[in-house]
Formats: sequence, structure tokens, C-alpha cells
Amino acid sequence: MASLTLRDLNKTFGSVEVLRGINLEVDAGEFVVLVGPSGCGKSTLLAMIAGLESVTSGEIAIAGRLVNNVPPKDRDIAMVFQSYALYPTMTVRGNITFGMESRGVPKKEQAAALARVAALLQIEKLLNRKPGQLSGGQRQRVAMGRALVRDPALFLFDEPLSNLDAKLRVEMRTEIKKLHQRLAKTTVYVTHDQVEAMTLASRIAVMHQGRVQQFAVPRMVYDRPANMFVAGFMGSPSMNFVPAEVVADEGRPAIAIAGANGPAVVLPLPEPTPNSLGDRGRRVVLGVRPEHLTRYDRRLREDKPHLATLEAPVEVVEPTGAETMAVVRLGEREVIARFEADAAPVVGERVTLALDMARACLFDAETEALI
Amino acid sequence: MIAAPAARRLSAILPQLVLAPSLVATFIYVFVFCGWTIFISLSDSSLLPDYSFAGFHHYAELWANRRWNIAYTNLFVFGTLYVVGATAIGLALAILIDQRIRAEALWRTIYLYPLAVSFVVTGTVWRWILSPATGIESIVHHLGWMGFRFDWIVQRDFAIYTVVITGIWQASGFVMALFLAGLRSVDQDLVKAAQIDGAGMARIYRKIILPGIGPIFIAVLVVLLQFAIKTFDLVYALTGGGPGVSTTVPAIYVYDLMFQRGQMAEGAAAAIMILAALSLVLVPYTVWVNWHRRHGEAHG
Amino acid sequence: MAEALRYDPLGPSGTWHRQRARLLVYGLLTLFALYYLLPLVVVILNSFRDLPDISRAGLIGLPSSFSLSYWPIAWSKFCVGGTCAGIAPFFFNSVAMAVPATIISTAIGAVNGYVLSKWRFPGSELLFGFMTLGVFMPGQMVLLPWAVVLGWLKLTNTTAGLVLIHCVQGLSFTTLFCRNYYVNIPDDLIKAARIDGAGFWRIFRKIVLPLSPPILIVTVIWQFTNIWNEFLFAVIFSSGTHQPITAALIALSAGGTSVHQYNVESAAVLIAAAPPLLIYLFGGRYFLRGLTQGALK
Repeated sequence: MASLTLRDLNKTFGSVEVLRGINLEVDAGEFVVLVGPSGCGKSTLLAMIAGLESVTSGEIAIAGRLVNNVPPKDRDIAMVFQSYALYPTMTVRGNITFGMESRGVPKKEQAAALARVAALLQIEKLLNRKPGQLSGGQRQRVAMGRALVRDPALFLFDEPLSNLDAKLRVEMRTEIKKLHQRLAKTTVYVTHDQVEAMTLASRIAVMHQGRVQQFAVPRMVYDRPANMFVAGFMGSPSMNFVPAEVVADEGRPAIAIAGANGPAVVLPLPEPTPNSLGDRGRRVVLGVRPEHLTRYDRRLREDKPHLATLEAPVEVVEPTGAETMAVVRLGEREVIARFEADAAPVVGERVTLALDMARACLFDAETEALI
Repeated sequence: MIAAPAARRLSAILPQLVLAPSLVATFIYVFVFCGWTIFISLSDSSLLPDYSFAGFHHYAELWANRRWNIAYTNLFVFGTLYVVGATAIGLALAILIDQRIRAEALWRTIYLYPLAVSFVVTGTVWRWILSPATGIESIVHHLGWMGFRFDWIVQRDFAIYTVVITGIWQASGFVMALFLAGLRSVDQDLVKAAQIDGAGMARIYRKIILPGIGPIFIAVLVVLLQFAIKTFDLVYALTGGGPGVSTTVPAIYVYDLMFQRGQMAEGAAAAIMILAALSLVLVPYTVWVNWHRRHGEAHG
Repeated sequence: MAEALRYDPLGPSGTWHRQRARLLVYGLLTLFALYYLLPLVVVILNSFRDLPDISRAGLIGLPSSFSLSYWPIAWSKFCVGGTCAGIAPFFFNSVAMAVPATIISTAIGAVNGYVLSKWRFPGSELLFGFMTLGVFMPGQMVLLPWAVVLGWLKLTNTTAGLVLIHCVQGLSFTTLFCRNYYVNIPDDLIKAARIDGAGFWRIFRKIVLPLSPPILIVTVIWQFTNIWNEFLFAVIFSSGTHQPITAALIALSAGGTSVHQYNVESAAVLIAAAPPLLIYLFGGRYFLRGLTQGALK
């Protein structure tokens, strides 16, 4: 049975549509990440699941029970907020037991639950402190403790790591992942950080303009993005987009991109081609991730049968240490290619690039959908 | 655990229920009472309310009245000098205190205390100080300068200026506090940048800091105008509106008409004039503030 | 912060130049301080001087006599408007008026502010704007209606009547103060508490109230000081032995053709000023905050 079901969910504020036709099924034990740029409606969606925002139309069911009109406290959920929302005047102990007190849980059970969670999160020593006396990471743990102590049907996280500095964020990310692996609780996690989404999720729902653009496992979202928005949003540096045209190369399907002040570069497509490729002359967009565009080397041929080569001038070189990114000019476009640190090009060099067509994506130029 | 629907419905409107009594009270206070006073101003009420409609003639009588004429002329004189004086002194004090002086809290406490004390109290004391028989004039005479005169408070043409002196004394500390908060909120990087550009402190104040607190000037102006229009206790305790009727201000006159002379309708008409004057200050200000806020949000 | 304003490395400020500027600053501050302190000093000194001394040297003159006897006279013997029980009964009238009115209006204002900031509903912003209208109402507009309403309620010339007036009039302020303070409490706290199963009142008691002391102090100080010092309603809606101290003080200092007993009157004036003045001295920070918020909305 699905832990969380959203059916045809809509939300409007006045005349503004914030969410349109949301359909999601979250299975028990899953870790679903809602990811998207700010204003995409992901936090509103989470608040609706929590019962903090009303539903304009559609249905929300938690563990098979329709909860549209159930107040938050009766939804069997727990939530971790971006600001942590720790009650500032209460101690850590008070923060964690507040919910149980509100529900009239017997003192003995409260103490047992508190001890269990404190041990799990290693916050036993902090129990008598006030939130103001805690570091960012400690607050984060307490906020999670407050959620964990409930043992709810559904965990909700609203950008819980965005207030931490970069290093701590990575640490806490790992911690959350470990915790989920250990407890296997159904979780819905909102973030704008695509790295968090990739690392944490069992499935990712990419949202944009109030709609779910794609709902799939991370690998799928990354390799076969449903449209250009998803392709551009997931991954850093972003996927390169180059306008192209469907052509035939010696009778086999290919695409052509405008070369740098020269003849068009023809790139053969791997076979079998998708049925939806369409006729010659169709305008498409070629999407290539930087890591699939690199310095040509004969040895690459061996395990990449669909390698295409092209030449391009290097305009900017950006070493990051482990690898080097370079901006190269491809026709009218600037694209980013990735090089091994020891094979980095220099500015002005005309470099021969290998493009792995097996990993490239094609999008319709009009609808921006994946072909 | 699912609450009964009735209980849930009740808890859903609990916030509104809790608010309701205050809303009713405020509604009565603001609208019903206002309307009531307006209605009385249009009736023939004298000693007791009389609810027969009598038209606008009380307004006509009010504006033809010599004392009302004195009252609003006084308000203009007092209001202008009071606003200008309190703003100037308040700003001067704020700038002085902003010079990283020692015991800042002590100075601030001294300048602000007048606001904590009732005008009835301070008005009484100021009356003694300004009275020629007991106050400044008498002490100067004691010191041997027999020709010295400082008897404004008993001079019809000058008494209003004693009200100004006392009013400024009371309000300028507050103005100082407002300006000081503003001065302290100016981005210190701007000041540093100006210093590096070679500007002296006087120039930095004139060109950078003061323009930066423009909105505070307007707020101060509005607050002081409000105080001025509502001025009642100060005059009552200091001069009682005298000598004669020379320091009558609108608020005093309203009180007189309503409760001393039994001319309720005309008093109500005068009260409405006070409300109108306040609106003249506050409505544009509120519009300006809201516009500013929305504008700021659009850019922020 | 102020460091940057003072320290002016590029300016032409030699030590001598700077010291002269310092001198000017302190000189001006002292001059102003004299202007502000004059009335207070005069009234304190005169409350200890005998009458011949005052009439010889004037009210501002240096004292040549000292006695503590005028304070007890002012407190319990002095005649005000026919009764000779001193200022004490009026002082207690003011206490009986200001304390309940302050507590009631603050309590209601806190709950109102809580609703208007944390339980918003369609139109609640409008209602808030409407409630703040009361802040600007000039007292003169409501005098006649209050007179009639107090008559209906049989509260004319009672302390209860004044309490009622001050509660209704104060509501706008207390609601405004509390709402503007509570707006800054993160909504997430309320949401978290709702998910934790707390309801309207429990959230108020357990989350919001424990965060409220700063604004409650501001509100209480503001209300108490204003109600204590209020004069217009006091003088109109009370008379005789029911008067609050401000109204009685006017009767005292303006009344009678006999020679002014400046020493006793000074003591009475100081007694009337004492509660707000003490609050100001000990809670000045909160007093100022209330003032700024009340004035600037």
C-alpha cells in the first residue's frame, strides 16, 4: 500500500495557480525528494501534505486514509523545518517531548521515547540546553529528534540543510541518509539543491511552475531527463544545449549542428533510433552533459562505440582540481566540456572533442520534451 | 483520533471568536462614537443631547466665533514653532549624542524624562517658573537686575510662546530618540566610503547621513503635528487658556463648549474640526507609508 | 559602530582641534540638560523649603531651609477641593484605575495580537488596520458618547467607568504593539506546534507567551504611564473624591485664593509624578520602545 498518495492536486492563492495537477504515489519506506527552483511550489506541496495549507482540489491520502480535512496533528506525520522551528524558550528535552505532552502521552513512555531518540542522534548531553546555546548542526539534530520521537507514518523535511554551512551540510546529508537506511521510514524531502536530491532520493520529483516535470529514480532523471527544464536543472555544470536538425548521413539517421563559421557538423545517431525521432529537417535540441564531451583519445573508442568527433576552439579554462572545465565554441553556442586535469587544454587551442552520442539527449525544439 | 465535527468547526473559528469582542468594542469606539458626535454636531443639543436634526448652523456659528478664531490661530502659531523648534533641538541633540560621548545613557535619560511625566505635573511647575512673581523674573530681580522682565505668561500677546517653550521642552527629547535611532541605522560603510573620499564630518552629515534618514523627518513631523493638534493638558495646566482667552487652543475650546458652557452641538462641531485636522496630517502620511512599503517590496 | 563616525583618519583633526570640538559637544549637552532638568530640580528643592524662604528667595532661589514635614502634609493632610485628606486618596484612585485597566487591556491586546499575526484569516489584515484606527482617535470625538454610555451603564463618576474607557481606548495600542511583535515570531514555530498536536490556547500559553516578556513589559509600561498621566477623561468623567490624581492636582494648584503653599504643592506634584517617573528610570529602554512604536505605528 502506498504511504502517500496525491491525486490531481491543485492549489490556488487567489487567482494564482501554485500547483497544477499533482499526481504522486510514494511507496512505504521510500525517500522521495521534491526538487525545483524557488517558487516552483514544492514547499506549498509539502505544507499541504502536512495539513498546514488547505487543498483547493484533489486528494491527499496518507497510509490509505483520505486526510484532506484532517488537522495536522491527526495526520500521523512529523516535520523538520528549514528554520528548525525549535521552541526557543524550552530546553532540548522540552522541545522533543512537547508533542507527546500535547497528546497526553504518559510520562514514562515520554521518557523512554526521549532516551531512544537522544541515543540515536547522540544528543544526550544537550538535553538541558536551550536552542540558543546550540550550534547549527546540533539544532539540526534536535529538530530531527523532535520528528523521530513521534514514530510517524510519514516524515516531512522542508529544506532542512539549507541553513548550514557547506561542510556541515554534506555531513548532515550523509547522516540523514544513514538514518533513513536504518529506520526505513517513508520520507518526503523538499530541497532546491539538486545534489541533495541526487544523493538522498530513492525517487526524485522535479517540479517547475507548479507541475511535476518528472518523477523517477535519480539515475533516470539524470540520464534521461523528461524535458529541457529537468535536464538543465539537474547536474552542475548544466547540460549543454545545441540547436540541431535531423538529417540522414549515408542513409543512416543523424543530426547536424551548425559548425563554427564552416560547414555543418554531422553527428550520427546510435541505433536503434527512437520511433519519435521524426522526419528529416525536424528542428531538435541536442543535450550533452559536460562529462560526455571531452578530449578525443583513440582508446575511448574501445568502450564507446557511438563516439562522434568534432573540433572546437577553447575560450575559457576553469580548473577545479579534480578536473578541468573548459568553455569551447560550438557553432553559435558556447558549451562546457570536461577534461581530465592532466589533459586540460589551453586557451586558444583548437581541441578535438569526443562526444558520446549514446549518452546524449535529443529534445524537441518546440515542446522541449525528450525525444 | 478524530474530533467530532462540531468541535472541529468550533476550533476552526476560535481565533475569530476570540477577536470578536475587541472588534465590536473598536467598531463602537471608532465608528459609532464618531457618528454619534457628528450627529450631535448637526442637532440642537445644548446642555443635554437633543436628537432633532438642526443642520449645519453650528459649524457656521463656530467659524464665526471670535474664540474659535483665536483657538485655531493659536494652533497655527504654536504648531509651527513647536514642530520647527522640537525638530531642530531634537536633531541637534541626536547629533551631539551621536559623537560617541561618555555616559550616553545618562544624557538620554535626562532629555527624555519629560515625556514620562504628565503635563499636569510639568505644566504646574513650568507655570511657577514662568510666572514673574515666583520664577525667572523674580530670581533675576533678586540677583540685582531690577529692570529685567520676563512675564510672557501673563501677557496676552506672548502667553502662547510660553506654551511653545514648554511644548518643545517636553517633546524634543523624544524627537532626539527618533533621530538617534535613525542615525544609528545608517550603513556605516557609507560613512567609511565618504571618509576615504575625503569628506569631513559636517559634510558627511549633510550629504550622506541626513538624506539617508529622510523618512524619519517625515515621521517626526507627523508625530509632532499630531501632538500639537491634540494639545490639551499642557495649556490647561500651564495657562488654563488665559490670560483671558489668549492661549485657547481647539482642544481646550471643545472642552469648554461641551462641559463648561453647555453648547454641546457646537462643541461637537469643534471636535470634528480637530478630527479633520488630524486626518489632514495622517491620511496623506498613511498613504505615503503604504506606497513606500509597497514600492520598497517591489524593489526588494 | 560609532567608532567610524568618530575616527576620521583623513580629516584635518589635530589633537587640539579635536579637544575643542569635544568641549563644544559637552558644553552644548550640559546647556540643554539644564533646560530639561530645571523644572525637576525646582520642584524637588521646593518640596523641602519653608514658605518664608520661598517667598524671600523665589522658587528658583537657592534654599536656606530644610524640612521633611511637607511630604506627609501633602500625602495625608492637605486640603483639596473641600476634603482635607491630602493627595493620598486620589493617588489610590489612580492606582485603582490604572492597574486594572493596564492588565485588562494588555491581556486582551496580547490575545488579539496573537490572532492577527499567527491565525490570519481572509480579511484579518483589514481588521488589523481597522483596529489601529483607534490609535488616532482624538479624545474630543468620544467625550459626549462616553458621557451618555457611562450614564446608561450607571458608571458615571466611578473608577470602573474610567477603567472601561481606558480599556477600550487602549485596545488599539496593545493590539498594535503585540501584533507587530508577534509577527516576528517565525510561523514555523506555530506550524511545528500544530503538528505536535497543540491547539490555539496551548500554543499561546506554551510557545507565544514565554516569548512575550519584552513586548508585555513595553505594553504594560506604555499603558500604565498613559493611563496614570491621562487628564482629559479624568477631569471630565470624575469629580470630588473620585478623581484620579491628575485631575486632583489641577484642582489643588489652581484652586483657592489663599496663598500658595508651594512646598506642599511641590511634594504633591512629585508624588503624582513618582510612579511613571520611577518606571521610566528603571524601565527606560522599554518605555522608549513603546513610545517609538506608538508614535510611528
